[in-house]
Amino acid sequence: MSSEAAHVVEFPGGYTRSVGPVIGRFLTELRDGRLVGVRTAGGRVLVPPAEYDPDDGEAVTGEFVEVGPAGTVRSWSWVPRPRPAHPLDRPFAWALIQPDGADTALLHALDVGVFEEGADPPRFLKTGMRVRPKWRQERTGSIGDIECFRPEVTLINAPTRLEYRLRPGRALDRFLQGIAEGRILGHRCPECGQVIVPMKGLCPRDGVPTTEEVQVADTGTVTTFAVNNLPDPRAPEVPFVSAYVLLDGADLTMLALVAGIPADRVRIGMRVKAVWRPREEWVASMDNIKWFEPLDEPDVPYERIKDYV
Amino acid sequence: MNTEIAVVAFAQTRHSAQDGGLTEVEMLAPVIGEIKQRTGLDRFGFTCSGSCDYLVGAPFSFVSALDAVGAWPPISESHVEMDAAWALYEAWVRLRHGDVDTALVYGFGKGSQGVLPEIFTHQLDPYYLAPLGVDQVSLAAVQARAYLERAGAKEDDLRAVAARSRAAGRDNPYALHLPDPGDEGYEVAPLRPYDIAPVTDGAAAIVLAAGDRARELCERPAWITGIDHRAEAHSPGARDLTRSESARTAARKAGAEDVQVAELHAQFSHEELILREALGLDDSVAVNPSGGALSANPVMATGLIRIGEAAARIHDGSATRALAHAASGPCLQQNLVCVLSGETNG
Repeated sequence: MSSEAAHVVEFPGGYTRSVGPVIGRFLTELRDGRLVGVRTAGGRVLVPPAEYDPDDGEAVTGEFVEVGPAGTVRSWSWVPRPRPAHPLDRPFAWALIQPDGADTALLHALDVGVFEEGADPPRFLKTGMRVRPKWRQERTGSIGDIECFRPEVTLINAPTRLEYRLRPGRALDRFLQGIAEGRILGHRCPECGQVIVPMKGLCPRDGVPTTEEVQVADTGTVTTFAVNNLPDPRAPEVPFVSAYVLLDGADLTMLALVAGIPADRVRIGMRVKAVWRPREEWVASMDNIKWFEPLDEPDVPYERIKDYV
Repeated sequence: MNTEIAVVAFAQTRHSAQDGGLTEVEMLAPVIGEIKQRTGLDRFGFTCSGSCDYLVGAPFSFVSALDAVGAWPPISESHVEMDAAWALYEAWVRLRHGDVDTALVYGFGKGSQGVLPEIFTHQLDPYYLAPLGVDQVSLAAVQARAYLERAGAKEDDLRAVAARSRAAGRDNPYALHLPDPGDEGYEVAPLRPYDIAPVTDGAAAIVLAAGDRARELCERPAWITGIDHRAEAHSPGARDLTRSESARTAARKAGAEDVQVAELHAQFSHEELILREALGLDDSVAVNPSGGALSANPVMATGLIRIGEAAARIHDGSATRALAHAASGPCLQQNLVCVLSGETNG
């Protein structure tokens, strides 16, 4: 039978190293919250600083230059499952970051927000992204004095909410009373004869009061529609279809949801019928109609609905 | 001075994805035994090995590997804490002196004993990189992204490299036999598990010989017509990660033109694409017919195996000129190119 032993190689408390004047200056500035590079004889600025120019081996000048702290991502990788030694315990990026004023790039962790373990990289994470260091409160003079980098601020999220007490008004009150009873009501205009659903108590064409109540069918024809890819509280599943429906007997279209059919099969001229919630749930609200579903009837030719589109 | 130096024999383990319960020296010993038997040699003018003590976590662990060679009376011996391709380079230099005419080179590694990506963190600059805890795969993925964006290549191009390498590896009795790349999530984006060389245990050995000694030991020696290695800046932010200038220079110095076969030490699929470009390999060159490191990666032997596999194509007559490449350090920092030919230089 095989056996195995746990074996650890470690310098308890860590391994002490001298850093010398060049790296030492960088780390000292880092402790003070500044990012510096060193200038080479050829005039380039190396960040992080090295004692020698990587291109030609010449000793660098003694000139240290403050850079950044903002910089640009030159390349990156995305860690969906961090390792124990990694600086973040949730998905993050490694990035080569070229600080403003530097000619080389620094490797560091880039925190772009909170993601579930195993997540794919977010689309906004891109080469060219502008980032800045997140400094640690207590700094000791190590590369870890920068906790990580973070994207520059490009968006804010502003609270937006107002509350109202709305009343539907006389005409709409009467319309919703009909809906509460499972009926769709409208008014016929005494001048032009068109049936207005829902009624407003006025004919928008003629500007005259309307009072003659008419019940229209809960079946109708789609005159136009849109495929929506942003979820809405009334239609959380995307894509969903919102459509103008010309109810049979009405002369104005009504905005409604269309369901029971794949979004890419909805068409102008399609016949639909309202799907009502169970009667015991009816209230004085359009919520009584969940949506419209296709009827097994031939499409209405465009010619017959073109004036309503 | 010896100017004609050839690979005359190559042996390797049947590499394993799991720890077979052998120590490194137990794993190595049969390979040394096999190559001694095949060459009929049991003493060599020079012996050089490549390995990494960090793999087993024991200082000077390479010394015990000499038990597999037999080092008494004392032999002339050296070691590099690198892939054994660099041990071969040292042996080649040693043979050039002209006072010895055979050399044994070997490398071995058990990747299964620790966490390789984290072990490689300890080869990084200890001031700016190692304290971040950045691992080998994360760094390789930064290079992969930079390459994809510069070259306009797609992740599917990486997958194609992995698929071809694994298919070739399934025809190689010494490699791991890995399935076609499946539908796998990212290990570290943009790299998926199949883009990353598998954890492997294994060992390999090569015998070099000079001049007529090589002709005695091998019917068709694989003559080293050029060998060179170059390094770049260590800091990944101080060089162009999308190209391998050091591989390009090493290839030029080694005279790497008109090869029919190239064995590339690419531990990540994008590295093969960077190396093909740097080495000027077009589609007429058979790249990694062995399956390459993506099919078996016994670290510290993987580069030496590239030279052995390329030499084997010369030995069996299927190629007249072959290129072998080995890499060391993060993101292809250091590259070695060895050109082998069925004919001597002159």
